[in-house]
Amino acid sequence: MAEVINDIKRSENLVYAKTKVLTDNVMHYCPGCSHGVVHKVLAEVIDEMGIQEVTLGVAPVGCAVLIYNYIDIDWQEAAHGRAPALATAMKRLRPDRYVFTYQGDGDLAAIGTAETIHACNRGENIVIIFINNGIYGMTGGQMAPTTLEGMKTATCPYGREPSHDGNPLKITELLAQLPGTAYVTRQSVHTAAAVRKTKKAIRKAFEKQKENKGTSVVEIVSTCNSGWKLTPVEANKWMEENMFPFYPLGDMKDE
Amino acid sequence: MSELRLMKGNEAIAEAAIRCGADGYFGYPITPQSEVMETLMALKPWETTGMVVLQAESEVAAINMLYGGAGCGKRVMTSSSSPGISLMQEGISYLAGAELPCLVVNVVRGGPGLGTIQPSQSDYFQSVKGGGHGDYKLIVLAPSSVQEMADFVELAFDLAFKYRNPAMILADGMIGQMMEKVELKPQKKRWTNEEIEKMHPWATTGKKNSRERNIITSVELDSEKHEQANIRIQKKYKELQEKEVRYEAIDTEDAEYLLVAYGSSARISLAAKELLRKKGHKVGLLRPITLFPFPTKQIRELAEGLKGILSVEMSAGQMVEDVRLAVEGKIKVEHFGRMGGVVPTPEEVADALEQKLIGGQ
Amino acid sequence: MAKMIGSIEVDTEKCKGCSLCVVACPTDVIALSDKVNGKGYNYAYMSNPEACTGCTNCALVCPDSCITVYRQKVEVV
Repeated sequence: MAEVINDIKRSENLVYAKTKVLTDNVMHYCPGCSHGVVHKVLAEVIDEMGIQEVTLGVAPVGCAVLIYNYIDIDWQEAAHGRAPALATAMKRLRPDRYVFTYQGDGDLAAIGTAETIHACNRGENIVIIFINNGIYGMTGGQMAPTTLEGMKTATCPYGREPSHDGNPLKITELLAQLPGTAYVTRQSVHTAAAVRKTKKAIRKAFEKQKENKGTSVVEIVSTCNSGWKLTPVEANKWMEENMFPFYPLGDMKDE
Repeated sequence: MSELRLMKGNEAIAEAAIRCGADGYFGYPITPQSEVMETLMALKPWETTGMVVLQAESEVAAINMLYGGAGCGKRVMTSSSSPGISLMQEGISYLAGAELPCLVVNVVRGGPGLGTIQPSQSDYFQSVKGGGHGDYKLIVLAPSSVQEMADFVELAFDLAFKYRNPAMILADGMIGQMMEKVELKPQKKRWTNEEIEKMHPWATTGKKNSRERNIITSVELDSEKHEQANIRIQKKYKELQEKEVRYEAIDTEDAEYLLVAYGSSARISLAAKELLRKKGHKVGLLRPITLFPFPTKQIRELAEGLKGILSVEMSAGQMVEDVRLAVEGKIKVEHFGRMGGVVPTPEEVADALEQKLIGGQ
Repeated sequence: MAKMIGSIEVDTEKCKGCSLCVVACPTDVIALSDKVNGKGYNYAYMSNPEACTGCTNCALVCPDSCITVYRQKVEVV
């Protein structure tokens, strides 16, 4: 049997391999980080749509600041929260290019709220990939706008208390209300099935851009196991039990 | 074809931008410069040259739209006035750090804070010393006429792209609002995307299989590499200082006293010089056109034959520090200025020179 | 009867031993090795290769894209 198994490792039997749109660089993310999965899915969509040469990405400030080391396309690295402003100008000046931003919850829903809302409200023909893990990963696990009530972080060490710290922000629900958004969805990458759905959602978002439909927002509820102080497997379970009830998965808008 | 028109400084900026083939304008209204965007919106260049004009949600967004556009190799600009320019400082620092060319027009009003909508020159330090965080400088052009408002748009773009650095037109509310005769240059073609790919191989235009991916960024976590990036940027500033200083010297040959002034203050100082000459004082005027690079060497050389210099600014005295650095303490350098939006008269300037330099001896 | 048999190849130097593939595998093929790679991670390997169906679930959830999957239809008697 072992011989058979080794024997099947031939090119004609290949069913899954890393896309060439992902570089060979080892990602700097912690073991089990959702960013890596989303990067891969995004790269696969770019590969499968054949748009590597005509896609421009905008990197955020946050853990994904160095995303340009991993996905082999042209990139601009934005100031914290400003990615949608960059993307607005890039798409308007190069309407023949696919333009997307990749942003975390602090970038998109705190410091960059104005840029996010106004880009969506103008209906800029861009894709926004939004990683929501309810915490600031890069700076060491502080409270994010999307941190859940009661959730402990470095800046709400006794748990988020709305009367003191404010409420978690459902920014994606808010963006779905805006006339400029064409496709708004919330997905996750905690299981193989979820990864497949996220890939379909990102593909759909890029297809919407191709059809000049307006802004597409793909939120991916993600884990930050280091920030959450859990193992990657425990983090997925915690996310299912705590994040999904407040941030339910599914499409919010598809026009 | 060139065209002669009577127009406001702010309108001249807009007309010149379209005519020199600018690709994009992104801005947010603020007095006393709102006519720039108003003129662009009325002219609808997107229907003629294809220039993009967009009213952003804030100055913060506007300057970051410049980053995105500049990163694509496009000629993009914004205009604002002092409080708005303060908001843009983060973005300007990123543009300088990522070595992106762009044009920022500051039609200065009095500060600090919300201040006044009247003209001022109190943003000199912010403009020539960096303004945001980190070691960087802007290429700063100071127009003193509506004609120069028009002419400096293309010059600023040319210098910005030559050195891959943000450029600024530092005007003030007076130049922005006053009307003068302007000769507008004929319409130039915008660069095509193919031309941009050839001229600016660093731009994010889409990663061809034939090249490595382009990354527009100001971050470098390796300190040694980041120091090298800083050294590269500083080298540009040295080159700018050597090659791009622009100034106007009037009646400096026989001068015993020198007025140094830029922008609106230079116009007033020109009249003050005439008043002083009529009184028999040998006074000249040096008008820096580039505030960075500053005409340091030129002022130092002139100082050899001078008894004193009066720096005239609508501020508490900012450029005067650079004039003093230039003369290295060899002669007396005094400052005269009004603040808070008050524009000095030629008589006030002439009196100040007499009292501070001639009478004071 | 036809049966799908599969096999995976793990880029052990890239693997960070996060275990997400271990729990994603429906047939309990994968485990973390007792050995460590150059970075000190216990990397994933096929501890029960006969059970692999080549479903690709492990590769899909892998954040570091270090799993390649092969699959072949075989006749079993």
